[in-house]
Amino acid sequence: MQLTPDAVTVFTFYGFEVNATIVNSWIVMALLVGISWLITRNLRADVPPDRWRTTLEVIVKAIEGQIEEVSSHSVRHVLYFAGTLFLFIALSNLLLVVPGFTPPTASLSTTVALTLSVLVAVPIFGIARGGVRRYLRTFIEPSIIMLPFNVIGEFSRGISLAIRLYGNVMSGAVIAAILLSIAPFFFPVLMDMLGLLTGLIQAYIFAILATVYISLATTEADASALVKKPSAREKESSTQQPTSSKEDTP
Amino acid sequence: MTDLAIISAISIFTAGLTIAIGSLGPALGEGRAAAAAIAAIAQQPDAAPTLSRTLFVSLAMIESTAIYCFVVAMILIFANPFWEAVQAAAVAAG
Repeated sequence: MQLTPDAVTVFTFYGFEVNATIVNSWIVMALLVGISWLITRNLRADVPPDRWRTTLEVIVKAIEGQIEEVSSHSVRHVLYFAGTLFLFIALSNLLLVVPGFTPPTASLSTTVALTLSVLVAVPIFGIARGGVRRYLRTFIEPSIIMLPFNVIGEFSRGISLAIRLYGNVMSGAVIAAILLSIAPFFFPVLMDMLGLLTGLIQAYIFAILATVYISLATTEADASALVKKPSAREKESSTQQPTSSKEDTP
Repeated sequence: MTDLAIISAISIFTAGLTIAIGSLGPALGEGRAAAAAIAAIAQQPDAAPTLSRTLFVSLAMIESTAIYCFVVAMILIFANPFWEAVQAAAVAAG
């Protein structure tokens, strides 16, 4: 029994062993890009929208609505990031009904890569919103004693995000394989249907948690800006003398 | 018993124990969360979409602890590092 598609080598390219995870990720990416390109090929104002374009618009508007409910402002950039995450994970989880296709999210490498992108995106969005100083201030938020716990929390958040997606998708594949050896026809089909449901839910959860983390990093900056009005001027002055020792005050 | 037999027996026993205890707590927690959400939906049917979305997210977060236990059990059974080390040593010894 194989736990991960990393172990399957599809072909060898100049000494690099290209495994099934990489190839399946390429397939998912090619499907997403190809379908989107085909549908939005003649995207002009004078062409009436056909059914495919309307389908895409429904999907994008649904994602946008969900993000708007979670975070209260500036949906656009978060939409690009979290929507891409959702579409990639959802499509790769849904493709598990194709025989012989192992979802790339059943490999820990893929989920760790996605999680790393989230962990990089959170500070980027936070800094773009409120500046480096205000983002770093969120780490000593209640008091300076909480600094190690906030740092640990940032990493454990990422670990849980990665293991959750990997464990869910991998457990579906493993349970289907075990049932295939016990009760050959009927039960694996049922478990695959359950796998479709959990795959979509996990994609939703991954994207929504990424959105929540990003909006946490951005709204805290906004809230502190609302409470302390002259702090913007203070921040401008602090950029001229960056080694001000006033950040110990809680 | 040989080393391999001891390691495999302990691994299988621990894997069963891991998934048993590890699914007990999340099951209780998910039951409480679902009961609270159903009670809230019965009180306020208008808020059902928000409640069910929050319920799904929180259920998945509660369930992730059981998933961690499942991953550990799978590692113990199928990718046990001690088993592989002892097996490699046995092969090397001949």
